[in-house]
Amino acid sequence: MVEWTDHDFGLELDIFRNSSNAPQMGDLNEFSLPVKLFLKAYPWRKIDPIPWAPLKKPLSECRLALVSTAAFVRPGQKPFDESIRGGDFSFREIPGDADVRQLIESHRSESFDHTGIHQDPNLAFPLDRARELAERGRIGSLNRRHLSFMGSITAPGRLMQQPAPEAARLFVEDAVDVALLVPV
Amino acid sequence: MCNQTVCLVAAELERHGISTVVIQLLREVAERMRPPRALLVPFKHGYPLHMPNDPQRQHAVIDAALKLFEDPALSPPVLADFLPG
Repeated sequence: MVEWTDHDFGLELDIFRNSSNAPQMGDLNEFSLPVKLFLKAYPWRKIDPIPWAPLKKPLSECRLALVSTAAFVRPGQKPFDESIRGGDFSFREIPGDADVRQLIESHRSESFDHTGIHQDPNLAFPLDRARELAERGRIGSLNRRHLSFMGSITAPGRLMQQPAPEAARLFVEDAVDVALLVPV
Repeated sequence: MCNQTVCLVAAELERHGISTVVIQLLREVAERMRPPRALLVPFKHGYPLHMPNDPQRQHAVIDAALKLFEDPALSPPVLADFLPG
């Protein structure tokens, strides 16, 4: 049994600021000492026990779904709410036949460089790449819908209470076999 | 915080029988959270699949992630490094 509790820090700390000259490293050494201390102090939620769903059939027969936390919405969809303390924990459904170039990126964080995903949403929501995998036969098929979150959630307890189980329910309903999840 | 969010959603999907792999931009977060399968990429935030408008490089990252599904010897947590060619 996993219990989720929130520690609402009340603000989105500017911890991931990068410039084009920043070192391109996937570790804390690219940050200043105060930022590193914050990151080390933040209570990252340890997943314990670790759930494990091994592949049940070849990937070439699997249905793939995407999950992105880059806060993409379709034209006309409700934008993510930047005013929610601890982060907007809702998600948007993105149809499998959506034009990825029409998606609107609405991530509230100013702490990362948005230029790349504005130029090409596939960078964080690789819908075109997934279609190409299906065409090639690398995967069996692409699911009819995918999910978009805004990842800047400092208080994830509410995410785990309702939206995350609902996301799982939708994908089970769709008979999704595998999911690729992309942060930003 | 995006790194944490994808790990938590992935864990929930796995609890429902769906195999997952997450891209991770911060090794320390992945090591502390322990998602079932993670591909650690050496790219700055905002560039999880390497470069915009570069399908070949994006496919290289995605293919490395998908391969984590296919190795029956792996057991959780799988924290694999992506090394750009």
